[in-house]
This record gives sequence, structure tokens and C-alpha cells, in this order.
Amino acid sequence: MPTIGVNKAELYKELGKEYTRDDFDELCFEFGIELDEDTTGTEEPPQLKIEIPANRYDMLCFEGIAMNLNVFLGRQSMPNYTLKPPSNGQLLTVTVSEDTAKIRQYFSCAVLRNIKFTKARYESFIALQDKLHQNLARQRTLVAIGTHDLDTIEGPFTYEALPPDEIKFAPLNQTKEMTGTQMMEFYEKDKHLSRYLPIIRSSPVYPIIYDKNRTVLSMPPIINSNHSKITLDTKNVFIDITATDKTKLEIVNHIIVTMFSQYCEEPFTVEPVKIISDHNGETRETPDLTPRSTQASAAYINSVCGLSESRQTLCDLLKKMCYHAKPSTTDEDILDVDIPVTRADVLHQADIMEDAAIAYGFNNLPRHFPTTQAATAAALPINKLADIVRLESAMAGWAEVMPLILCSHDENYAWLNKSDDGKAVRLANPKTAEYQIVRTSLLPGLLKTIRENRRHAVPMKIFEVSDVAFKDAKAERRSRNERHFAACWYGKSAGFEQVHGLLDRIMLMLKSAFITREDGLKDPAVQGYWIEEVDDSTYLPGHAAAIYLQLAGGKAQQIGTFGMLHPTVLKHFELPFPASTLELNVEVFL
Amino acid sequence: MPGTRGPVPVPVQNGDGDLTLQILQAVNEHDIVKSADTFPNTSQTVIKAALDRLASRSMIEYDTKDSEEVRLTDEGQQIVAEGSHEYKVWDAVRQAGRLSLKDPVLATAAAKAGQGKAFKNKWVKKDGDALVPLTDAVTDTTRDDLQYVADHRAVRRADDLKELRKRTLVTTLKVIAYEARKGPKWALEIPVEVTDLTADMLADGSWEKATFKPYNFKALGEQSPGTGALHPLNKVREEFRKIFFNLGFTEMPTGRFVDTGFWNFDALFVPQQHPARDLQDTFYVSDPAEAGPPGPDPEADAALAAMEEEDRDEESSNQPLTAPPTRTLDYAQYYQNVRSVHQDGAFGSIGYRYPYTDAETRRLVLRTHTTAVSTYCLHRLAAHPRPCKYFSIDRVFRNETVDATHLAEFHQVEGVIADYALTLGGLQGFLRRFFKKMGLVGLKFKPAYNPYTEPSMEVFAWHQGLGKLVEIGNSGMFRPEMLLAMGLPEDLRVYGFGLSLERPTMIKYGIDNIRELLGHKVDLGFIERNAAVRLDKA
Repeated sequence: MPTIGVNKAELYKELGKEYTRDDFDELCFEFGIELDEDTTGTEEPPQLKIEIPANRYDMLCFEGIAMNLNVFLGRQSMPNYTLKPPSNGQLLTVTVSEDTAKIRQYFSCAVLRNIKFTKARYESFIALQDKLHQNLARQRTLVAIGTHDLDTIEGPFTYEALPPDEIKFAPLNQTKEMTGTQMMEFYEKDKHLSRYLPIIRSSPVYPIIYDKNRTVLSMPPIINSNHSKITLDTKNVFIDITATDKTKLEIVNHIIVTMFSQYCEEPFTVEPVKIISDHNGETRETPDLTPRSTQASAAYINSVCGLSESRQTLCDLLKKMCYHAKPSTTDEDILDVDIPVTRADVLHQADIMEDAAIAYGFNNLPRHFPTTQAATAAALPINKLADIVRLESAMAGWAEVMPLILCSHDENYAWLNKSDDGKAVRLANPKTAEYQIVRTSLLPGLLKTIRENRRHAVPMKIFEVSDVAFKDAKAERRSRNERHFAACWYGKSAGFEQVHGLLDRIMLMLKSAFITREDGLKDPAVQGYWIEEVDDSTYLPGHAAAIYLQLAGGKAQQIGTFGMLHPTVLKHFELPFPASTLELNVEVFL
Repeated sequence: MPGTRGPVPVPVQNGDGDLTLQILQAVNEHDIVKSADTFPNTSQTVIKAALDRLASRSMIEYDTKDSEEVRLTDEGQQIVAEGSHEYKVWDAVRQAGRLSLKDPVLATAAAKAGQGKAFKNKWVKKDGDALVPLTDAVTDTTRDDLQYVADHRAVRRADDLKELRKRTLVTTLKVIAYEARKGPKWALEIPVEVTDLTADMLADGSWEKATFKPYNFKALGEQSPGTGALHPLNKVREEFRKIFFNLGFTEMPTGRFVDTGFWNFDALFVPQQHPARDLQDTFYVSDPAEAGPPGPDPEADAALAAMEEEDRDEESSNQPLTAPPTRTLDYAQYYQNVRSVHQDGAFGSIGYRYPYTDAETRRLVLRTHTTAVSTYCLHRLAAHPRPCKYFSIDRVFRNETVDATHLAEFHQVEGVIADYALTLGGLQGFLRRFFKKMGLVGLKFKPAYNPYTEPSMEVFAWHQGLGKLVEIGNSGMFRPEMLLAMGLPEDLRVYGFGLSLERPTMIKYGIDNIRELLGHKVDLGFIERNAAVRLDKA
């Protein structure tokens, strides 16, 4: 969630009230934003750091927060944003070239006339663009904004895509002219801008905006030109917006012009611009500030909220959330709702319903325990089975541990003297080498737990019943989990018999008799297990056993192994004492 | 041989003799024995141990006498031996007749202190640059007083103590002494004692005459050898499961750490450009490379069917389950529905209106939430829509930078309730009941944003210890975009709520580092000694 810092005194002035911390907290709580920090005492002037829900792009700046809270408090009504073409009726035009489709095809535009900046307004204007770039625009990949002093440039404008070496201008705050290629090198080490370079770097053409005199406005999504930069004294602002996402393109335009048109000589007016983009059917005038008209069912809103309010009351509630709503004259359940362009988060009548509930007050809604017919209390079979093994192990005197599921490749393979069997799920983007794969064995976690507890008295007897994962080409997710049981004895002597004894105990509790392979062959109806010496590199030769299980009527299968750990395995896990481990697949008992 | 009299079994040695025996003899001879007089050279702790052994058997009784003794310091002892500083000054002056002030005899610190006192006592006086005696004979009262201290371990006059201490000639010492006398079971010897009742004693009847060694009721008992333990986090998990079962929930099959972009995100109406899908937040899988198309998971379906089967016999009346499925699940259609609700809008929603990428749905991820499983179960419900309650508690993964409050893995507790005509206040009422079972009351609900629930509410509870509201979970009603795409009927509403297992556990146990609770760095001692979990107890 984005956090916005606003001037505390200015905000309270806008809200017409000097709030106490508790009172402002409560207002935020009701509305659904969060006061993260009040910097009074540590920062001058004091700021309020407010957390904004990620979909409320209309609250990413001081102006938006103040406006939404004032509307919510009933201190103001939602402004009516209007378009105001130039008096001569001639709109500025921007012609989009077809080549832009190769890199960044969508363009939108607007002009704010006779705006009056102050230092605070100017900073807020810059900060909003930054917040939009970070959040909605996904680090400028989807949308990029450029703002210009219109009095330094001259329409008509063109939006083109040219080879980087054909582009040449002095970028923002630089005096030296550079080509597109040179700028890529120049900004490579720039802490702020370097992260955006890959968006266009490898493209044969770069996006570029010119005025009628071939003066560069900007090279989106990287940098504006120094020539047209805005200052505190700028009167007329030309806003260019380029995008790869058509929907977010217009959202960004709407947010910027609605938040700052209040500072125009004629407040809440925006001068539209004509975009000529015939090749992709995007020729139009932008922005379109018409509220989206939709309908919502009063019965639906009342039903979900557990209320029985009149349509007019619901309309009044919605007014607090920036809507313009009125009871339909043709249908007695319907509310005709106008959604202002600022509320891009509203997708469905569910959103309108939620806003009605917020305006009513979540904590004022009638609370009751829902009566429902559903009443199947059932444990997942594999969890029931696992709990038997867990409880029996603990009762047998072993302590349960919960290591992590992700581990390094070495821990899962090389450290256990195993070579990669290709069965493990590998991670593409871990932040540390600690997490490279999903474990295929519970042993690394047990041995790491022992390692971290080396100061604990010996013997240590620990176990875990949990999932490992394997690749599985037949499954939709190309992998599957498997519930395993593993235990480790660690002490002055290796405890091979103790681990063996735990196996016997668990088998007894799972109604599996200790039999010989021959017994099993003789009577396939018996459920039983036997063990056989096995050659397994994790264990000391001659001290490792494979566990075979024959389910009643079924074929015998190997379900696990146990043994005395090979001294090199102990060394890998930095364990000075001997240890024995056991690991088996529990799912076969389902 | 049990029951016979004999020497004290475990003698406390005091030099050559046996101290308990010596005490018994002394009490026998004197009736009242003062430890300080009879055993002046035996340390107080040794005396007390011997007295306690006898007293615990009621053979003797004793009183403890605390007193303060005055002892000479080294300087005090020197004065007793050689005379006070003032005496030594007078004596030197007397012997010399006239002693120059510059004489080395008067140069020591002690002599300087003595001069003042000697003037005050009018034993000597200054005559020019020398001292001369004023008297031929003096009484050295300081020395006499100190001699009294040496003899009596007390001052002659109580008023003198302060002055003598100030002059560091004496110190005081707290002394504990004992006065012992015969007790109700007086005897001259300690009988042989047995520590335990044995089978042999029962067989030969010797238990009747045996003297049992008194039990030490002030010590801990013997630790059970090889005590097993369940992990504290799993103990809390078990309590949560019991709460869910109490409330009639069915446990969801969460046995898949790897899930697809489709189930983990798209099906939940999380747009493909959502920050949660960034590389820095989600673990993506490099091998295997890509998922198959969405379809049924036979293992999960079998588990769900088995659990629902369990319930079928019990609900003889009003049997929703015996009715045939209203439709078969069409996963391809579901995929298309999800695609269009994102890209073009559908089911009353204008959608996100962005170009939907099929490849993104096939990317394999480590599930970031168990809601991916809930989504699967809810879609399965569309074959036979009906009220149901599902829950799960299992591991989820986030590509977090690890610190005290973040691990790349943690457990999510999640509940889902589907029913007709559910209301938002009903969800609040349910959560109030749910959290009350773990002692959390005073619930408040804050509007929040979540891509797959609308309305969304953060749940806060009053924390007595912190004296403020703390966030304890998230909740909401699943979006129509998500449910209608599944083919669920429009009037079937679904609550979802979730919390981490670790956070309430950390609050409960006052743990501030998650690594002390989950993972291989957890202290085994903590696991072994952690108390049983009783969520409803403060």
C-alpha cells in the first residue's frame, strides 16, 4: 500500500478542524485509510504519513486525500469537472505516428490553463506523478507522464518512434544535447532513472514527442527535455501520457487533471487536446471527464449490508463516497449512479455496495451470527493420519520440530551424499541461496535444527511430519506434495536401535505387523512391514535399511529408509556427534 | 537391614567427629546447646545443615538467634597491643622531655591523628616548635575500650560504637547462632532410614517397622526421562482446527505448495499487473517450466468427497448431498470466463480492461496464499452449489527479505463460508464468535482493499497488554467477478477470512522474532517446555 506524506497543518486547515491524533485515527479507520505516523516533533513542518488502499489512485496526493475526506465528512460536494476548449475553438493536436506501435502505442494528453502553483502545490504535482509511476504505472512500464510549460513549446505536436541515434536533445536539468543512445549510457549509473532504461533500451525505435518546431518535449518513459520543463512560474501546463495499457492511460490522465484543475483560474476546468491516431483507431479528444453512468440495485445493497434503507438514504450515503446517485424513475429498485472519473476502482455494483457500507459505517452495521445449514466438521484424511504419527512420536518421547520447506540445493542433495535426481522443484527468483528448491526430504531440516541446537543436552530426539514436493509431469501443477515422517536421534552414540524402535512403534500404531518378506509372499492379506539392508550413500555402509510395506491384499513397496548417518553427512551439517535418521512416506497408509 | 538402629547413614563430617552425633551428645549433656559456644569453629552453614537433619526428624528443636557482634579491625588490634595513637605521642614526648614537631616520630599519619587527641586530653602542649608533656601519667581509655571489645565482642557503652566505627577501629558483624534442645522424637542416634518403599519390604512386612527418610517437599521432582513434545506452533494450529471443527468447518486439501498463476492469482481476480505478482514478492518456479491447463485435481477431489461422504449418513433429512450434481464442471469454460472478466468485463463488471496474457496463467509459483486452494474448492462447489464451510491451515510462501517479523514461509489460517443471503454484519458476527474463542474481544472492522473481496474488512481487536487496537486478520466477501466466473449462482455469497498462525502465537507468547517460532533456529528447550495452549485463557 502506498504511503503519502501530507502537511499536517495544511490538511487540518482543509478539513476545517484541528484534529487530535485519536480523532484523526478514528476518521481514517472509518474511511479505510491508515494514519501510519505523525512526524510532529521530528520533522518541520509536521507531516502525516497516510497509508492509502492500493486501488485508490485518487488519494495519492494531498489534494485527493483532502477532497475525499471532505466529501465523506459532508463538508463539500464532489466537484463537477468540465472541459473548456480554447475560446477560438481550435484544440491543440497531437498526431501519433504508426511507428509508436512498435514500442509504446497509446497516447493521451491534456492542458491545464492559467494554473497557479505554489511551492507546496508544485511539489505535490511532482510527487503525484511519481506515485502514479510507481503504483498504477508499474514503474513506468505501463504508463509514463511528462509535464511541460506550454508557453515554451508550440502545437501541433507529434508523437513518434525513431531510432535512438536520430533523437537528440538536452534532457531535464542538463544543458548538453545527447542522442537517445548517449542518454542510455548517461543515465546508466543514475540511481533513479537507471531502472527505467530497460523498458525501451533494446528497441530499435524510441518514443519521442516533438512540437511543431521539432523541439523535443520528452522521450517517454525515460526523461523530459530541459527546454519545456515546468517551474513554479509556469502558467499553462501541457501533460503528455504514453502507455502500453489503454485503460490505465486514461486513468492516469483523469487523476492528474482532476487533482490539479482546482488550481486553474477557472477551477475544475481542463482544456482537451485532439489526438490524431487513425492507424489504431485511437483518434479522439482527451480527456473524457464524463462520469460513468451505471445502475445499482437497492435491494442488493440492502441485502448484503443487512439494511433496509430507502433508495434516497442509499443515494445520500453514496454521495459521501463521491458518487452522484438518484433513485431511478423507471424501476423502483434501481439507483442511477454516476461514478466520477476519479473513482477508477469501481468495477461492479459490489464496489458501490461496499462504499454504501463504509458511508453507513462498518461498525454500525447490524451484527449477528449467521445461521447456515452447512455443518460438516471434517478433518482432511491426510492430516488425521499425520496427527496419529505426530502424537505417537511425541508420546514415545520425541520432540516435534518445524524447519523450513525451502532449502538450498546442496542441503537437499550434496550434503546428504546424494546426486541430483531431477525430482526437486526449483525456484526462479530467490533472494538468497538459502532458498533454491522445495525440499524432497525432511532430513536437511532436521539436521539443521540439530545443528542450531548443539548446546542442548544429548541425546536429542526430534521428528517432523510434513510435506515435501516432487516434480510430476502428469499433474496440472507439474508437481505434487507428499506427506513424510522423519525422525533423528543425535547423541554420544548413533542410536540406530532407537530409530528402529520408533519405526516399530509407529508401525504398531498403524496396525502393521513386523513380518519377513517371506511371510508377506505367503499371505498377501496381511498388512505388515519388513526391513532389508540397503546401500544408501546417506548412511554408513551396513547400517542402513530400506523399509518395505505390504498393504493388505496389495503389492509390497519401499516406503522409506533409516540408518546411521554417514560421517561425511555429519560433517556437512557440522554435527560432532553421531546420529541416526528415519524417513518414510506416510501417504501409503491413507 | 531396614528398621534396625545404627550409625547415621550419611554423616556430616566435622573434623574427625560426626557433627550430628556431637550435637546429640551436647544436647544430651546440657539440655540447651548454644552453637557459638559449643562449636565456635564450625561454620554456620555446616551447623545449620546438621541441625536441620535432626530437626526434620523431630529429634531436636532449635531456635535461630541473630545478633550483631563488634570486632576489632587490624588497627584496633594494634592499639590493644601497643596503645592508642595519642598514648604513643604522649609517651614519645614524655620520654624525650621535649620533642621537635619536625621529629620523624611525629610524621606518621597515626601520630598526626594522635597529636590532636593528646592536645584535647591535655597530655601534651605546644612549646614553640616542639611538644612538651603536661602530665607524668595517663589513662589510655581508648585502649581500654578496645580491650573490652576484644573480650566481649561488644562495646562498653553503646554510644561509643559510632565513634569507634568512624575511626575504623571496630566493625560490626551479623552473627547467626543457634540454640538447640531435645525434640519430641529425641534419641541419641539417627535410625537407619529407607528412602523408598520396595517390593521386598511389602513381601517381608518390614515396611511396618521401617523409618522413612523425610521427603523434601521444597524441591522439584525428578524429570520424566525422555519426555516428548509437540511443536508450540502446531499446538496453536490444533486449537484453531478445533475451533473450526466446533463451528462445523471441513478441512480443505492444501497438499500443493506449487500452484499456477491462474489459481493463485487470475481466478482470484488479481490483475496480471498487480504488484503481488512481482518477482520481489512471489517465488516463481523455474523447473518445472510451465503448468498445464486448469483442470480437476483427482487427489483433492477424492479427499473432499471422502469428507463429505462422512457427513451424508448423519444428515438424513434435508440432504443436499444426495441430489445429483446440477452440472458438470467445465474447466475450459471457467478459464474463458476468468479471461473475459479480466480483459473485457463480464458478470456485471467492467473488468480491468487490459490485454490478458495466457502465458501468465501458466507460470508456476509457490502459492502465496492458501486462498488458491479455497478458489479450487469454491469452483468445485459450482457442480453442486450449496451452503458450505471450509477451512485450511497450511504453509504459504513470499519472496520476502527475512527479518524479525518476516520469513519467506509462514502459515495461513483461512476460512470460507458459502451460503445464501449472507450479510456483511453476519461476517462480523461470525468473526466475533470465532475470535472470542481465542480470547479476542472488542472487535472493530476497518474498510480495506483486496482484489478478490468486496467489501473487504481488516479485523482489529483490543489488546489489553498494548492498550490499543491491533490488527488480527483480514476478511471480506468474495467478488462477484470471482464467484460468477466459476458458475456459482448469483445469490450464493461467500465470506473469506484469514490470518497468519504465527502472529497471534507471537502475541500470545510475547515472542518478537518469528525465527524463534518457525524454522530450524527454534530452541529445542522452548519446544520442550512450552505450556499447553489454551487460547481462551489470558
